[in-house]
Amino acid sequence: MSRQKTITGGLFVGVTAFSAFLIIAVIIILLVVIINGGKDTFSWEFLTSFPEDGMMKGGIFPAIFGTVLLVLIMSVAAVPFGTITAIYLTEYAHEKSVLAQTIRFAVRTLATVPSIIFGLFGLGFFIKFVGTGIDDVFLGGQLKWGQPNILWASLTMALLTLPVVIVSVEEAIRTVPRELREASLALGATKWETIKRIVIPGSRSGIMTGTILAVSRGAGEVAPILFTGAAYYLATLPTSLSDQFMNLGYHIYIMATQSANVDQTLPIQFATTMVLLLLTFTLNLAAVIIRSRLRRNAK
Amino acid sequence: MDNPEESRGFVFSKESLRKKFRWSEFLSEKIITGVGFLSITIIILIFFFVFKESIPIFYTKKAAVKVESVQKQEQYGVDTNVAVNASGQEQYGVTARDSLMTENQPLAEDTVVHGSDVATAKSLLGTKWMPVSDNPRYGLIPLFVGTLKITLIAMLFAAPIAILAALFSASFAPYWLREFIKPAIELLAGFPSVVIGFFALMVMATFFQNLFGYDGRLNAFVGGVAMALAAIPIIFTITEDALTAVPRTYTEASLALGATRWQTALFVTLPAATPGIFAAILLGIGRVFGETMIALMATGNAAMIGINPFESVRTLAATIGAEMAEVVFGDTHYNVLFLIGSLLFIFNFSLNALAEFYVKGKLVKRFQGKQS
Repeated sequence: MSRQKTITGGLFVGVTAFSAFLIIAVIIILLVVIINGGKDTFSWEFLTSFPEDGMMKGGIFPAIFGTVLLVLIMSVAAVPFGTITAIYLTEYAHEKSVLAQTIRFAVRTLATVPSIIFGLFGLGFFIKFVGTGIDDVFLGGQLKWGQPNILWASLTMALLTLPVVIVSVEEAIRTVPRELREASLALGATKWETIKRIVIPGSRSGIMTGTILAVSRGAGEVAPILFTGAAYYLATLPTSLSDQFMNLGYHIYIMATQSANVDQTLPIQFATTMVLLLLTFTLNLAAVIIRSRLRRNAK
Repeated sequence: MDNPEESRGFVFSKESLRKKFRWSEFLSEKIITGVGFLSITIIILIFFFVFKESIPIFYTKKAAVKVESVQKQEQYGVDTNVAVNASGQEQYGVTARDSLMTENQPLAEDTVVHGSDVATAKSLLGTKWMPVSDNPRYGLIPLFVGTLKITLIAMLFAAPIAILAALFSASFAPYWLREFIKPAIELLAGFPSVVIGFFALMVMATFFQNLFGYDGRLNAFVGGVAMALAAIPIIFTITEDALTAVPRTYTEASLALGATRWQTALFVTLPAATPGIFAAILLGIGRVFGETMIALMATGNAAMIGINPFESVRTLAATIGAEMAEVVFGDTHYNVLFLIGSLLFIFNFSLNALAEFYVKGKLVKRFQGKQS
């Protein structure tokens, strides 16, 4: 082989390697800069106290509380439905049937719909259609559910995270060996009993991965809750499903673009971003580890 | 006692072998099938409800107010920005530092104005986006231009970097390195877009300003590069999958014929995976097109038309995000924002459908040896 070709080849491999390491470098820079900017303000105090002085001082407890509540309600809605859809796709639907293909296409479409569209849908469907409908029928037109609140925001977020759960659970269900299922059926168990006793327990780690990924996604997304329930500042924590709530991501957005004095609150912003970033990062890391174990077991 | 089954006390007959009807089986199957339809239902509902809220623009019977001719003499560009800011409600991005929280301010003044205005189809095609002014205009052109500009910049960065990185991971990297690179880039996919937006706003904007020395801190370039960060993991993952899905026989044949590893990667693996890479780019475009938070935080949000990448832009998605919280339910502005939402949805749906059917069909055919 000619010398020139070797050089070209070396260059080419070098360029591809450079691209890969560039991405890794950006990830590391992003993490380091955010953590560096936020670590001085970050403390137990910061996590557990309310904002003070019109958000110029104090902590972010209500934002953390709101985010946790949001992902909890969201998981309650998204995980069961996502799991059942995955069970349908793997256990009941015929792989090549038009119906299964359509559902798969719908799931993938759902995963790529821009998050702001979910926000619009939450406003148009949950708040204006369902919420106002409930108000008109049960409360005689009194405004309670027909306005942004944590329930509608959580359900909107659940729609967004549904495909995440479906994909994870489906992947896990496929790793449950066929022989186990056949053995169960051969022993006289019905299909539903097999699913209940063999398939679901066997794919528990997949359901967990799906939940973790969904929670991480739901904790970080802001666009869907911009007008379905997030509030800039609340003096009290949400106590019912019809209350508005504060949210970490929304807090960052508002503080960074619309607060009265961006420079003065910069440390708080960095610390809040650090909390959100570390939260989602840890969750994703956990999911990656569980999933790689799952894949290794499947081999 | 010659039949062993009888000795244990039961006999297999046609009767006993028939499937029994069980309520639990019946119900579980029906419920699971029902839930299976949920995703399809949601897609249809999303389309229906988002589109429904935008319908009133199309059948307004009031006489069309010709706003276009009156506005001809006005300048484009920076003036738009000033004019928008003058109206008092639209202060984001560049001017955000001076503005207060606009969220809670009453909109009484504007409500009156909005009640009387009519957005005609003509004003939707106009070149000015000034929804909150005495004479509101809903020209979508600057928003489209802004979105396309951002998408182009983001893809110019994201596509080559992500594809080359995927090629490295799939073809050159040793196993242990690959096992590190892949999850690391998947972790980037998990970074919330508001965090990337914040990073762009606080760090990248200053960095690029020092580097290039332009005036406005926030512009299409900063926004585009930040969006590239969001698009890279998507393009990388799908490209990587497409590259690893290329049958081993292809690479083995190439190597056996005396090609080197890099020649095989560049001239055999990469061309074989083209449809998959195409799909990856389409989905990357979809991601950037609909990205809201990064656009809101890092692009400056002034609706300008121009090709200068260092000018502020306003994207379609950011417009919805910024203005929806302030509009009066049911007025023209509200309907127009939902119309933008419908357009975004249709565009994204089409991209996804294209990636799904055309590209994947082609990929399968190619690997089965039926060159199309």
